[in-house]
Amino acid sequence: MEVDKQKVVDSLIQQFEGNVGNIEETYGLTTLQVRKSSIFEVIKYLKEEQSFTLLTDVCGMHFPDNDPEMQFAVVYHIHNLFKNIRLRLRVFLPADNPEVDSMVDVFSSANWQERETYDFFGIIFKNHPNLVRILNMDEMEVFPLRKEFPLEDGGRIDKDDRFFGRSIHNE
Amino acid sequence: MSNGSSITLDAPPIGIEGQGYFLTSLDQVVGMARKNSLWPLPFATSCCGIEFMGTMASHYDLAQFGSERLSFSPRQADMLMVMGTIAKKMGPILRQVYTQMAEPKWVISVGACACSGGIFDSYSVLQGIDKIIPVDVYVPGCPPRPEQILDGVNRLQELVQNETIRRRDSPEYKALLRSYGIDIK
Repeated sequence: MEVDKQKVVDSLIQQFEGNVGNIEETYGLTTLQVRKSSIFEVIKYLKEEQSFTLLTDVCGMHFPDNDPEMQFAVVYHIHNLFKNIRLRLRVFLPADNPEVDSMVDVFSSANWQERETYDFFGIIFKNHPNLVRILNMDEMEVFPLRKEFPLEDGGRIDKDDRFFGRSIHNE
Repeated sequence: MSNGSSITLDAPPIGIEGQGYFLTSLDQVVGMARKNSLWPLPFATSCCGIEFMGTMASHYDLAQFGSERLSFSPRQADMLMVMGTIAKKMGPILRQVYTQMAEPKWVISVGACACSGGIFDSYSVLQGIDKIIPVDVYVPGCPPRPEQILDGVNRLQELVQNETIRRRDSPEYKALLRSYGIDIK
């Protein structure tokens, strides 16, 4: 399995020279960083040539302290069920224009996962057939998992900061 | 009833009793009838709903208080029981269910989430259903035990018994609904 995985990684690096890099191995899961311009081709290649037929997950990340060009990330987990190889692909996106190609043409299952990522992080998936909110209420105006957005509901009046260790000297 | 029975009857309403007749007000009789035939509409979204299943089942037996028949149509229900976390996205649906119910109607808010949002102090969760519909009885707990839910129903029965027949005509009730933006004809 490890040999197979290394072969896939090597072929990716050869095929998409300069667009795939930063290979990390965390907890047995190999992670590659992919350039935003080639993520569609990389995943298409993995599915069609390397039999990675299952897109396990698509999700977003937000790093407000990063360089403005790398504040958002989309993470793809992709699985080859024949050889049981998993890969994690990361695409970093700029803060002012978090836009990446939609995977729906390759994996239909990406549809709802990309909608969810849009819903929570405001990442735009180009060519997505129906990029609207999926879990939050339609009237919501913010993208709640962006770090600048407070997680708690502002309308709560029964909470006394003294009892939550949030005031100075609990006064 | 034969002597020595352990069954105790509900106390009769206040009135004048004589040979072969009993005189009381219509309010009292109707209140008594309503009190003992509340049809619950369970609006169960999470674990409090599981506790409600226990409350309805034979061991705790909600039916002994006249709520034998659950109504899953808002049109036929008297008592809306909201059990569980209400997400903000669910809010308009809950409100629609409430407005579909016919008068007279009452609401029990079961559990910390329905009462105040509970542990879910979050952008996605409604911080208490009383933000969108009026509530008559709050049952605290996370989740409350069936005894607590039964106690909540009993408290509501007290309210129901002592209300006037046409509460809906009172200016207070109209003002309350208007404060929630619900139109009453």
